Amino acid sequence: MSEERIQLKINGLPVEVAQGTSVAAAILNSGRTSFRQSVDEESRGPVCGMGICFECRVSVNGHPHIRACMTTCEAGMEVITFG
Amino acid sequence: MGKTAKFDVLIIGAGPAGIAAAMAASEPGKCVGLVDENSAPGGQIYRALKGQIQNSISSQIKTLDDRGVIRFDGATVYDAPRPNTLSITKGGEFQTLEYEKLILAVGARELFLPFPGWTLPNVMGVGGLQALVKAGLDVKGKRIVVAGTGPLLLAVGDFLKKYGAEVLAIAEQAPIVNLLRFSTNLLSFSSKIGQGISLIGSVGTKIRPGTWVASASGTRALNSVILSNGKTTQELECDYLACAYGFVPNLELPLLLGCAVEDGFVQVDSTQQTSVQNVYCAGEPTGIGGIDLSTLEGTIAGYFANQNDCPTLVLKARDRWKLFSKKLDATFALRTELKELASPDTVVCRCEDVRMSQLVGWESSRAAKLQTRCGMGACQGRICGPATRFLLNWEHGTVRPPLIPVPLAGLETRTSAVIEQPEN
Amino acid sequence: MGQNFDAIVVGGGIVGCACAYFLSRDLKRVLLIERGPIGGGSTAAGMGHVVVMDDSPAQFALTNYSQQLWMELYPQLNHACEPRMTGTMWVAADEEEFSHVEGKRDFYVKNGLPAEVLDTKSLEEAEPSLRKGLPGGLRIPQDSVIYPMAAAQWLLGQAQLRGCTVMLGQSVTKAKNGEATLQDGTVLSARYIVNSAGDHASSLTPEIKIEPRKGHLIITDRYPGYVNHQLVELGYLKSAHEMSQESVAFNAQPRATGQILLGSSRQFVGWNDEIDRALIAKMVKRAEEYLPSISQLSVIRTWVGFRATTSNKLPLIGFLPSDPKMLVAAGHEGLGITTSVATGMLIADLVAGRPSKIDRSPFAPTSGVAA
Ligand SMILES: Cc1cc2nc3c(=O)[nH]c(=O)nc-3n(C[C@H](O)[C@H](O)[C@H](O)COP(=O)(O)OP(=O)(O)OC[C@H]3O[C@@H](n4cnc5c(N)ncnc54)[C@H](O)[C@@H]3O)c2cc1C
Ligand SMILES: Cc1cc2nc3c(=O)[nH]c(=O)nc-3n(C[C@H](O)[C@H](O)[C@H](O)COP(=O)(O)OP(=O)(O)OC[C@H]3O[C@@H](n4cnc5c(N)ncnc54)[C@H](O)[C@@H]3O)c2cc1C
Ligand code: FES
Repeated sequence: MSEERIQLKINGLPVEVAQGTSVAAAILNSGRTSFRQSVDEESRGPVCGMGICFECRVSVNGHPHIRACMTTCEAGMEVITFG
Repeated sequence: MGKTAKFDVLIIGAGPAGIAAAMAASEPGKCVGLVDENSAPGGQIYRALKGQIQNSISSQIKTLDDRGVIRFDGATVYDAPRPNTLSITKGGEFQTLEYEKLILAVGARELFLPFPGWTLPNVMGVGGLQALVKAGLDVKGKRIVVAGTGPLLLAVGDFLKKYGAEVLAIAEQAPIVNLLRFSTNLLSFSSKIGQGISLIGSVGTKIRPGTWVASASGTRALNSVILSNGKTTQELECDYLACAYGFVPNLELPLLLGCAVEDGFVQVDSTQQTSVQNVYCAGEPTGIGGIDLSTLEGTIAGYFANQNDCPTLVLKARDRWKLFSKKLDATFALRTELKELASPDTVVCRCEDVRMSQLVGWESSRAAKLQTRCGMGACQGRICGPATRFLLNWEHGTVRPPLIPVPLAGLETRTSAVIEQPEN
Repeated sequence: MGQNFDAIVVGGGIVGCACAYFLSRDLKRVLLIERGPIGGGSTAAGMGHVVVMDDSPAQFALTNYSQQLWMELYPQLNHACEPRMTGTMWVAADEEEFSHVEGKRDFYVKNGLPAEVLDTKSLEEAEPSLRKGLPGGLRIPQDSVIYPMAAAQWLLGQAQLRGCTVMLGQSVTKAKNGEATLQDGTVLSARYIVNSAGDHASSLTPEIKIEPRKGHLIITDRYPGYVNHQLVELGYLKSAHEMSQESVAFNAQPRATGQILLGSSRQFVGWNDEIDRALIAKMVKRAEEYLPSISQLSVIRTWVGFRATTSNKLPLIGFLPSDPKMLVAAGHEGLGITTSVATGMLIADLVAGRPSKIDRSPFAPTSGVAA
């Protein structure tokens, strides 16, 4: 089965992923590990993978505090990570 | 389907329990709804692969669709604004759903315990890493340490291997004697044996009983972990650490609805009804017992919520599986060494960066929370709550709406329920 | 008969802690008794806006004095207290409201407080998230924001350094004639007892009439810079003053964390602590009228708290006429974070027989005693 691919941008750079990929998986696959900066400015990334921990929050299409693990990649999406 | 505001039976959670409940409750003339915050049904074990429903449940889902069960995929319940009414959000939209009978099949999450380095990027949960892989994370060639406790470690170790990862070790904190006793017990629960044995075959040589992660280190992200068995330690360089200490039930929605909870689990009667009339609960929130028990409880709740009797066979089977879940608990009881892992400056509350040293010395957990902000962040104490319960014996925090952060717009009244029905 | 104290303070909210702070400067043996956690009552529910209010001469005098005391304390507070000089921005919703702004400014300036009228453009520059085209506002730059629970704990901590003792987890069931009876039956005696039991003060001193006035609050995730001042609608005072069953006024506070704390509602519904969804909805709608994009911000939690309300809207601070050993420091309605330190100072003055910097008579418990 050939997977459909879609294009989005992470921190302004184009990234291609398979349809159905979560934003969290896309970010990690692109080699980035830090999703957000904690209160004490530590880098953080996904922990629970299922919407519980809020460590994977990124900005999606200008909206901050979006859980990357609960968001499916869409064509043209603009994702910003921090840290 | 037309626009329906009211359901005869509304089911929250489309894991094994919720699906079974929907199967048992749906029949012609009944309006049944099935809500899950994941983009496709399946729950944890049958979590969709890149958004695609898994084969093992696709025929059941088709049956539900054929019977007119209305699915709300990708919709999260975040409030109970009025009696017999829940608020859900999906893709920035908000709706209210009314019900006659409600079945809570909201499952469990993993228990994470703090150790030095646990906040580094690429330190994840066990089911957490598995979920990310199912959502498209590529682990081919990645060096992974799996750690924590419970049968899930083996399942995930095996799963990661199938996806091309190099599983360096599976550190199971439970002592070997417990594991041996448990595997003998498995014999009395036939359907588990095959599962158990095939898993051990695949990653068996990597299992290290009586071993836990003492710390993780790295500069910008995880670089290595130190495993300990209390006597010796070993450092392993790795790309990911998957570490979790079993499950904690998702009690937030049951608590918001006022369901009685004892010893950390929702109390139900033999029909799976909670202390709140017309509200049923099935699966992990009533006790951690695995997929079979969840399925049976879901079936029972579905029958009774639909005012039908449940076959005695099913009731008996549930009671048998309840025994199995007790054995699980005993086997994977957490060792006290795990309480000592966090150092004074280890973060415990990840949302607010509250460190271990800040949390000790208060006369009550509420005092500590008020003074340190522990548990006040975005996860609303879902991670640090269970951890501080284990580490410091803190009691449960209170549940206040919204159950999960939502845009403020979600708190505006929606007096009339407008429901966009998905076309089945 | 238990140990003899110079003073027993009943209630470890911010008011009781402030009383302990000032009393312990004059007295050796001060004891504070709190049944729950320090600052766990109304203090934990409040917004922590330290604000000078001009609604009555007495209220102005007390808030103004208290704010000066806070300003002296701020440099000493620890990090957890999060003091921030945000200032208050009183926002006019329409020309009618705006027409009162200059008079309000003149009042503050005449009384020695800086105040600045902002027109449409300067208001937009100061608070870009506000709806465009609002007529303007009044900035009171020296108002501020603190984290109340930590501030209460800090005040008590300082008192403890001076020898004040603290008894936690004990409820006082009776307090009269210099004797405080604990829930376990112990009787403690003191030269003075201060009732700072907040919204529960009446249950200890039935002569005073204090009613709980419920308020809802909403807190968002972190959005640093979304608002800069504590924003309050000019209609706020009206809402606070009307003793109607229910009122809502726009009030948005930038926390040190970057979170937005959103108020405010007032209801007389007894001790019912349920979240009233319809009222929350009204608060959100009200906030949207001023901050149109706020509905997009992620909300983390809602909660309720109770304001201790007296019939004349002023706190009761002073000796109880019927009991020369009993002082009351309660009934601070929606201003107890602000007025806690002045209250503590007045109580200490009274006990020491000193004159105070402001006229104490409007707060004398006689005036609030039920007819
Ligand atoms: C992370 C994780 C991974 C697991 N992996 C495995 C595995 O690989 N193999 C195995 O044998 N067992 C696994 N388990 C155990 C497994 O979950 C149970 O054995 C069983 O599947 C539980 O079924 P359930 O229906 O009770 O709950 P779940 O399968 O957890 O289903 C609960 C569902 O409720 C939904 N939900 C919860 N709250 C809300 C809400 N407010 N609004 C909308 N939806 C909501 C969730 O999204 C979830 O889909 C895992 C458990 C967890 C927590
Ligand atoms: C929604 C809301 C918003 C607010 N916003 C602001 C604001 O922005 N700025 C401002 O200045 N003020 C504000 N306030 C008001 C402020 O919070 C209160 O006025 C202040 O906290 C009162 O402090 P207190 O010490 O008198 O009462 P509390 O904090 O209630 O303390 C009383 C203490 O006494 C204890 N107690 C009671 N009875 C007994 C007993 N018998 N034995 C032992 N202990 C006892 C209680 O446990 C409690 O801890 C707000 C209030 C609310 C509800
Ligand atoms: S990884 Fe935990 S919420 Fe996304």
